[in-house]
Amino acid sequence: MSEGPAVNAAEWFAIGISFGNSNSSIAYTGPDGKAEVIANEEGDRQIPSILSYVDGEEFHGTQAKLQLIRNPRDTVAYFRDYLGKDYTSIDPTPCHQSAHPQQSDSAVAFSIHDANDEGPSSITVSEITTRHLRRLKQSASDFLGKAVNAAVITVPTNSSAAQRGALISSAKRAGIEVLQLVHEPVAELMAYDARPETVVVDKLVVVADLGGTRSDASVIASRGGMYTILATAHDYELGGANLDQIIIDHFAKEFMKKHQIDPRENERGLAKLKLEGEATKKALSLGTNATLNIESLTNGIDFSSTINRTRYELLAGKVFSQFTNLIEQAVKKAGLDVLDINEVCGLSQAVHCYTRKTHESQVILSGGSSHTPKLASRLQSIFPVTTKILAPSTFPTALNPSDLAARGAAIQASLIQEFDKEDIEQSIHPMVTVTPHLSNAIGVRLLSPSVLGESSPDFQPLIDVETALPARRVTQYRVSNTGGDVLVRVCEGVREIKTIKPIPKPKEDTNGGETDADSELESDEEEEEIRQIVWNESRPIAEIALKDVKSGSKVEVVVNINSDLGLQVTARAIGSRGGVRFAVDAPNVTSDGSI
Amino acid sequence: MATAEVIPLTLPPLPEGWNAEKDFKILGTLSNATQRNIEPVGPHFLAHARRKRHRRTFSEDERIQAQERVKKVEEEEDNEISEPEDPIMLSRDAKDWKGQDHYAVLGLSKYRYRATPEQIKRAHRKKVLRHHPDKKAASGQDDENDNFFKCIQKATEILLDPAKRRQFDSVDEAANVDPPSKKQLSKGNFYKLWNPVFESEARFSKIQFVPMLGDESSSKEEVEAFYNFWYNFDSWRSFEYQDEDVPDDNENRDQKRHIERKNANARRKKKTEDTARLRRLVDDALAVDERIKKFRKEERAGKDKRRLEKEAEAKRLAGEKEKARLEEERLKKESEETAKAEREQNKKAKEAAKNAAKKNKRVLKSSVKDVNYFSKSGEASAAQVDAVLDDVELIMNKISNEELASLATRLTGMDKDAAAIKTIYATAARKLIEEGKLREAEIKTFF
Repeated sequence: MSEGPAVNAAEWFAIGISFGNSNSSIAYTGPDGKAEVIANEEGDRQIPSILSYVDGEEFHGTQAKLQLIRNPRDTVAYFRDYLGKDYTSIDPTPCHQSAHPQQSDSAVAFSIHDANDEGPSSITVSEITTRHLRRLKQSASDFLGKAVNAAVITVPTNSSAAQRGALISSAKRAGIEVLQLVHEPVAELMAYDARPETVVVDKLVVVADLGGTRSDASVIASRGGMYTILATAHDYELGGANLDQIIIDHFAKEFMKKHQIDPRENERGLAKLKLEGEATKKALSLGTNATLNIESLTNGIDFSSTINRTRYELLAGKVFSQFTNLIEQAVKKAGLDVLDINEVCGLSQAVHCYTRKTHESQVILSGGSSHTPKLASRLQSIFPVTTKILAPSTFPTALNPSDLAARGAAIQASLIQEFDKEDIEQSIHPMVTVTPHLSNAIGVRLLSPSVLGESSPDFQPLIDVETALPARRVTQYRVSNTGGDVLVRVCEGVREIKTIKPIPKPKEDTNGGETDADSELESDEEEEEIRQIVWNESRPIAEIALKDVKSGSKVEVVVNINSDLGLQVTARAIGSRGGVRFAVDAPNVTSDGSI
Repeated sequence: MATAEVIPLTLPPLPEGWNAEKDFKILGTLSNATQRNIEPVGPHFLAHARRKRHRRTFSEDERIQAQERVKKVEEEEDNEISEPEDPIMLSRDAKDWKGQDHYAVLGLSKYRYRATPEQIKRAHRKKVLRHHPDKKAASGQDDENDNFFKCIQKATEILLDPAKRRQFDSVDEAANVDPPSKKQLSKGNFYKLWNPVFESEARFSKIQFVPMLGDESSSKEEVEAFYNFWYNFDSWRSFEYQDEDVPDDNENRDQKRHIERKNANARRKKKTEDTARLRRLVDDALAVDERIKKFRKEERAGKDKRRLEKEAEAKRLAGEKEKARLEEERLKKESEETAKAEREQNKKAKEAAKNAAKKNKRVLKSSVKDVNYFSKSGEASAAQVDAVLDDVELIMNKISNEELASLATRLTGMDKDAAAIKTIYATAARKLIEEGKLREAEIKTFF
């Protein structure tokens, strides 16, 4: 973006909005540069994306959610995914217990009594979105004491242009100028990366967003602070609702045992069970026991019961493995192995993974379901020990997975709010965002330190695979104690997974996640072979000789790659004058046209 | 990623026999890159976008960004206070600190009450560096008693203490702007002349965000809000600074109390005067404010317009009423006239009819006279005459005028034919008898 704020830049006061199917959150970035999630007037940071109308009065958030029991037909929930979609292409199941979606022209609408003593009116989903966003904007403005007029909103990675357009126009009608739409997983990753203690390192991250009604997993390469999504996986049937269902079924069975009535057959009973079951599930993420109390569940019978975490984990084992499978599926889709992942971001119901020593790996869990401790520990067993699972139960300083997206959006909002709208648009134009990425890692050949034995690599990557170009890296290497002449051999390398001690079937362990699913995990692990990443040199680029380097000093290598794949390398011994500098020309344009 | 990553691994030694010109060998090129979308998010992306859009390399971008940062710092330095020092001020006696202009001493006379504590601190430091007694001594220009240095210290002490600074600002004449004279105002420029006055007065307001004078395009509400505010001005201005020094020896308590009382009275008086002064000032401004006149005129114009409209309406209504009345009168007159004409005509017709009847009667009478009253011979006897005339009279009285006329015409045509005339009378009489107006017995002569 251009230097400094543009002169006539409109005065944006922007917040970050995470607009989810089940819950929305709003966040802002304070003057200290820290993103904070805003609580609405009821004190909720997770504001249910639900609107309800009673006698012409509008309820929003938690208040509206309570109306699901008494007033389900005039309560609109789970509408986000319908925005900008054709009626024929939507899945109405989540709305079974609220206002049903109906067709209006080609769009989706809800028939509700939104005004006093009038017949039902047909409200389109974009109008509902506008009303929802208006309430969020109001809450943020009240909290901040300053009218909010712009926002960065998160969207799923697979949202279509029509959905984005509909969201932008709905927001505009609510008085919110959408500065930028940001992909949810990227926003979640940024929420972690924007923490002041975070150092910019190259990493591969799995962001698992385990939401209320759907789950998404993405593999993101973070190179020098720039993010590239390598693969995504979506599951529209998997989410916190599945976990709720397990709890509902459990308690319903218990109730039936006592009273011979199935509370799920009564609509109101089911709604009560659902609401309380969700609360019980949340309590189980924090404690090992949780109670459920429902007055007049069905036929006027009060119901009270407890469940412990072990029982719940046992019952939900299948759903947990669905979550882990989704994550593994995304990793596989990216052409990677779990060993590559350095960070798993676990999310609201979510996960974050990350790899490599210097270039670490994370799994970020986000979304409400990510609070579930078992889910994080499952992932811990799939990914290598070095991989950070960023979920509340496994990582002490993990952020609240439910807040991640809103925080990330708020950070982005604070970064761009001083720019012109036009400036922002130019910067997110494909001309700027489409960049060549390295298809092989570039590194330097190093001596295997004898201490580490055979496992240490011969080739050490300097610039990782999938790094956006142009790129520049500066690295320092040791020189042997004797000093003298050294060789810097710059080459491309490929990663291989080496399996040591292949006991019975060497190639079978990729489905390790599935074997855990039956929850008898620990026993297998001893027999499992050790798998590790080995780098092999695939293509030499250049060799440099540095002569008479002093013993114990270091050699600094600067590699600069242009977007046309031209390469400049400078090597010099630290403390000495001069050094060797050379350039490698860009390869000729190849037959497939890529450069 | 400008910082170096340190990898604790060792570079291999140069193999035996490795040799190349300038110590490097190119062995190959990079393999093809894949095109991917990077996510337009985060500070590093912004840097990337900046580089890409301005076609900068890493080092260029770093240099330009660094230059931008440097520029900002320099601008701040430029704001530094540098004013020429008045030689008279330099030779001031530090004991007379009440009379000195603290802002001028620190070189802040351009800023005065607007100077920030930060600026005051910096100005102080700068002045101290220049006027420190040790420095003066070193350069030989010894100032006995370090007077100006003491002035600087005193000025800083006052200006950095918010309470003391307010006291000084209250009586800081140099910051006051005199209201424009009538002569100046006569040339126009009302807003330009009055604005600085209100701007300087605004510093005394306890309420911040003081409404300002505005300009000719200000709305009526704005102007009203402005004058309302200034007429209810809440000022923090106080006059302790001008107090007479209270002797702090414990010897004469009465004297001390007397002076304290005097001071309090003086303060109160000055405060009252100041309030009155401000009020006068606003009065003066209000008196010449074109906008007030304009609004009044507009209001009056609006009122006049309404009144005129009302009057016009009343006039129109009255006119209509008058017109209706005239019309009515005209109609009445017309109808009267027609009635009169009709009456006259009727009268005439009646008279004519009467005349005609008279004439016809005469004809009738003469007709019988002409035929000698039907006597067969000579003169008719008086009785005969009477009887015939009685009969004629009887018929005449019984028949209508029209019949009378037709009877007369018929009789005139008969030309003294007694028999015919008699027949005519007889028919007429018979007709009357048939109609029941006459009895046969009454007619004596015609049958």
